[in-house]
Amino acid sequence: MRSAVELARQWREDPRLRWLGYCAVAAALIALPFAVDAVLGRAWVRIIDVALLFILLGLGLNIVVGFAGLLDLGYIAFFAVGAYTYALLASPQFDLHWSFLVLLPLGAFVAGVFGVLLGAPTLRLRGDYLAIVTLGFGEIIRIFLNNLNRPYNITNGPQGITLIDPLALGELALNKSYAVAGFTLAPVHNYYFVFLACAAASIFISLRLEDSRIGRAWIAIREDELAAGAMGINTRNLKLLAFAMGASFGGVAGGLFVSFQGFVSPESFALLDSIMVLCMVVLGGMGNVGGVVLGAALLTALPEALRYAGPLQQAWLGDVYVDPSDLRMLLFGLALVLMMLLRPAGLWPSTLRRRELAGAGESGVAR
Amino acid sequence: MDIFLQQIVNGLVLGSIYALVALGYTMVYGILGLINFAHGDICMIGALTALTVAGALAAMGLPPPLVLALSAAAAVAVCCALGVSIERVAYRPLRRAPRLAPLITAIGVSILLQYSAALVWGKQYLSMPELVRPTEIAVGGVHLTDLQAFIFLLACAIMAGLLWFIRSTRAGRAMRATEQNRDVAGLMGVNVNHVIAITFLLGSAVGAIAGMMVVLYYGIGHYFMGFMLGLKAFTAAVLGGIGNVAGAMLGGLLLGVVESLATGYIGDLTGGVLGSNYRDVFAFLVLILVLVFRPSGLLGERVADRA
Repeated sequence: MRSAVELARQWREDPRLRWLGYCAVAAALIALPFAVDAVLGRAWVRIIDVALLFILLGLGLNIVVGFAGLLDLGYIAFFAVGAYTYALLASPQFDLHWSFLVLLPLGAFVAGVFGVLLGAPTLRLRGDYLAIVTLGFGEIIRIFLNNLNRPYNITNGPQGITLIDPLALGELALNKSYAVAGFTLAPVHNYYFVFLACAAASIFISLRLEDSRIGRAWIAIREDELAAGAMGINTRNLKLLAFAMGASFGGVAGGLFVSFQGFVSPESFALLDSIMVLCMVVLGGMGNVGGVVLGAALLTALPEALRYAGPLQQAWLGDVYVDPSDLRMLLFGLALVLMMLLRPAGLWPSTLRRRELAGAGESGVAR
Repeated sequence: MDIFLQQIVNGLVLGSIYALVALGYTMVYGILGLINFAHGDICMIGALTALTVAGALAAMGLPPPLVLALSAAAAVAVCCALGVSIERVAYRPLRRAPRLAPLITAIGVSILLQYSAALVWGKQYLSMPELVRPTEIAVGGVHLTDLQAFIFLLACAIMAGLLWFIRSTRAGRAMRATEQNRDVAGLMGVNVNHVIAITFLLGSAVGAIAGMMVVLYYGIGHYFMGFMLGLKAFTAAVLGGIGNVAGAMLGGLLLGVVESLATGYIGDLTGGVLGSNYRDVFAFLVLILVLVFRPSGLLGERVADRA
């Protein structure tokens, strides 16, 4: 035990050891899909892919909720905007087949614009109003996606858009299998590496943002908006920036998602999906990048594990009483309540948050 | 012109239900500064309880008015117990927590209620037994059923009763005092926990009746029905000025009329481009417009941003 602590301290202090650690993590992440493929089967590689996408989404929402302290309950709408931007411009729907090199940045940009459009009129409102307005916005986007098939067919309504182009550069398309140095790279593996790169980039961006001038300004706004304003922070612009930034993460994730699925329909963007992403952020630890990654991974894997709940009930109780997907939602709801009551800073809280919450408890200051 | 009047009448009936639900939001907000996200789902539980009890009693062959009264009583009892226990277990420990915490808890409670209801009642649409076949009354070219008239009048009576309670009783005065300043009210001998419990009790009881009205009006109930109902009622509360009881009533009626007129005319106005399937969008548009142009609502005086 002593040596483990010693090792951790050494690891933190010695740059050579630290690089060794990073290399080990990178090697493990590269080997992960093949190991999972061999042990648990290909379905689980797919689940890991989805988890990486959710890490991207969670980190985007973390900028809005965790850093800037703005509760956004319609975050999935930006995911939808990115997804439909990609789907409309790279599918037989309009017979357009743009490259993802254009579409992913475009998705991020369009989602960001939507973020500003939503934020501009609402950001001067108090936090809880903002929550309801964003929730309404999320529903409006879904209603429009569902109904924009008449009189002109734009989104193809509830049927959704099919045959969406995969990520491809010239002849190299990610939905084909390749053989590299004795390993078979199936589509799920290809996408794993792309998503891993995106997730790593978003983790890097989030970490750098957190320590930047902008990030510190966001945290100041979250703590006390009046005081932050008095210190010369342009609170309105910075809140808009947080919204746009978070939204563009969602937009990129949306584009990646539909290129991976090859199919998109409004059904994927319900309120419950917004809440699921929120759960990841809250459960993991609002404002802490590591916590959000942990939350996203946990909450993507948990429902898959719950799939065994049906057969287990059958075996033990003789009948399936609780549908596994309902059980998942029940557990989500319970988790939100219990987390707020027992561990409001999340499973892996940010050090700043933890200090604040402890301080607020001692002095009993009402906020 | 007849269609115009007809839509207004329909809107008023719908709006009176929104107003009842909005009362639950606005009273809790006034006292705790909390958007009780789960309120719509409490109404849903009331609606489904009423529906089940009414079905069972009607099958026993009791006379319809008795069935109505008993199922309403059951719904009110269940919702009151639920509302008060939710406050006790989930909200009270967080009264001095940072702002986001109780809101996130409320979302969690809302999900819990929805999926518990899905467990109990299943996910299919449930139909309310038709106790009395509604008869149509024609008043000056406008058709309304006696059921619509009954809903509207009952809602008005409940609202009047609530206003009287808050303005004229001792408990009502304690509620108003707590709303103005919780700590000082406590110093003056008001039992604040008691008052907050009463607020949840009243809100949930009124919400239960509103939920029952919805299943009476539409004839069906569903475990997810509380979501839209709650959102629209919240919009109504904001429209009238959140925290203001009379405002919630006005906002509810107004929102019902706006929604009904907009749904009725949008097809004609846009040349058939947008249809009535955009119905649910109007409430949100109203909400956003109010928040942008008059965040304190129609009757509210408080500034939206009190730091």
